[in-house]
Amino acid sequence: MNPLLLFVFVLAIYLGLELITKVPSQLHTPLMSGSNAISGITIVGAIVASGESGALATILGTIAVAAATINVIGGYLVTNRMLGMFKTGKDA
Amino acid sequence: MEAWQTFAYIVASILFITGLKMLGRAQTAKRGNAVSAVGMLIAVVATLLAGGLDYTWILVGLVVGTAIGAIAARRVQMTEMPEMVALLNGSGGLASMLVGWAEYVRADGVDTFSAVAIVLTVLVGGLAASGSVIAFAKLSGRIDGKPFLFKGQKILNAAILALALLAGTVVALDAALAGGVTGVTVAFGVVLVLALVLGVLAVIPIGGADMPIVVSLLNSYSGVAAAMAGFVIDNNVLVVAGSLVGASGLILTNIMCKAMNRSLANVLFGGFGATVSAGGAAAQGEVKPLTPDDAYFILEAANSVVFVPGYGMAVAQAQHVVKELADQLAKNGAEVRHAIHPVAGRMPGHMNVLLAEANVPYEQLVEPEDVNPAMESVDVAIVIGANDVVNPAAKEDPSSPLWGMPIIEVDRARTCFVLKRSMNPGFSGVDNALFLKDNTRMIFGDAKSTITAMVAAFKES
Repeated sequence: MNPLLLFVFVLAIYLGLELITKVPSQLHTPLMSGSNAISGITIVGAIVASGESGALATILGTIAVAAATINVIGGYLVTNRMLGMFKTGKDA
Repeated sequence: MEAWQTFAYIVASILFITGLKMLGRAQTAKRGNAVSAVGMLIAVVATLLAGGLDYTWILVGLVVGTAIGAIAARRVQMTEMPEMVALLNGSGGLASMLVGWAEYVRADGVDTFSAVAIVLTVLVGGLAASGSVIAFAKLSGRIDGKPFLFKGQKILNAAILALALLAGTVVALDAALAGGVTGVTVAFGVVLVLALVLGVLAVIPIGGADMPIVVSLLNSYSGVAAAMAGFVIDNNVLVVAGSLVGASGLILTNIMCKAMNRSLANVLFGGFGATVSAGGAAAQGEVKPLTPDDAYFILEAANSVVFVPGYGMAVAQAQHVVKELADQLAKNGAEVRHAIHPVAGRMPGHMNVLLAEANVPYEQLVEPEDVNPAMESVDVAIVIGANDVVNPAAKEDPSSPLWGMPIIEVDRARTCFVLKRSMNPGFSGVDNALFLKDNTRMIFGDAKSTITAMVAAFKES
């Protein structure tokens, strides 16, 4: 286990808190579902678990890959669909 | 990890950061989402190409997940978006929990730090997963949306959390002693089960109108779970992406709490609405009903109209007819705006999504602080299925549970129409003095048919 990850963790939390400040309310839902899709990054861990040896780990990993993929694909597509509906008066 | 893979993960992290930043601004949001999706693709491909993996089951998972995710995203109605977000969030939490579990099974003895990370991954992931399922069930009406409270609830929750942490400590201790603890498998099982139980218990006491806060908080949890999973598999990109989501979810949660003038603790443990039966003085006045046809004559003469949508608009699927009425009013020379309270509906930004679906131009959407100062110059405010966010008790009655919550002050408009099915109070269980004010007219019935009737009256004239 690499303690440097703690350093990365704290910095990334801090960055995340600074990154999103004043969000207009029309973007609240897309921001939520878009960031939700990013949390599907756990797919990386799922792939590793599914593809390495061990029967139980493979079963758990495969379910995890499927669940994380739903999160990623569904999240990005649904966010894209919502953002596609936001139009300004000029191009509506 | 090879150098090229580290490099790919760095690129992915940068794309996530950039994408998230772009998601926060209207002009760049759509591109931001695409940027972050590219980051995800790079991270996944880099992981797949790392070597040493058997692809058979990975492919099965990817194909199944892609099919379900794509079909769901295509089919979902905009009014069902809160449920959809809850479910997606639940699958992310479940995935993290399973990753933690799989790593625990796979590793032949883990070090203490990893054991702690695994326990936290399972706990937070499991909580996000089952909590999201309950949120989904509440949002979709599969279970009652009211707060579910019982005696000793907080004590029970605290006891279960303590037990889960104790079992987690046993797992960590076993790792520290390199496998000296008996019953460690049982302890790990206890952590797994209690994580799921905690998620259920954490969400059932929270009522419908607080759902925007719960949904964004669960979103934050699933990010934290992904970051914890990053500690487990020693992977930077998980830690970075998960932390970003965790932090941005917290900020959104905080925005929601501020919009209700309540603390997060009050939302999570308050059981708001269920405990206040006698709160607030009884309102004085009488109900003045109005027919849609009479409403037309008032609207016809109006120069400035403000719509105030709430959850009821979503339930009645009235967003398209609202847009039609807004068009008729604009054609008639009135200035039309839609005032959206941050917590109107069941998820952050719920009303914005629905009105955008109905092609309402962005310029017509305003926030409470934009419309409140000049409310006296508004001829008609039309409240559609909103209740607590327009309740004047928030600024008039210090004994009201809503006291201090920023509202859209439609009671100060020249005339206020309230479209409502009946006189039932809103989610909070608090009577709404707005309904009895001199300038308020109640238009009873289904919001969609009421507005359709108004549109028809405009078209006939």
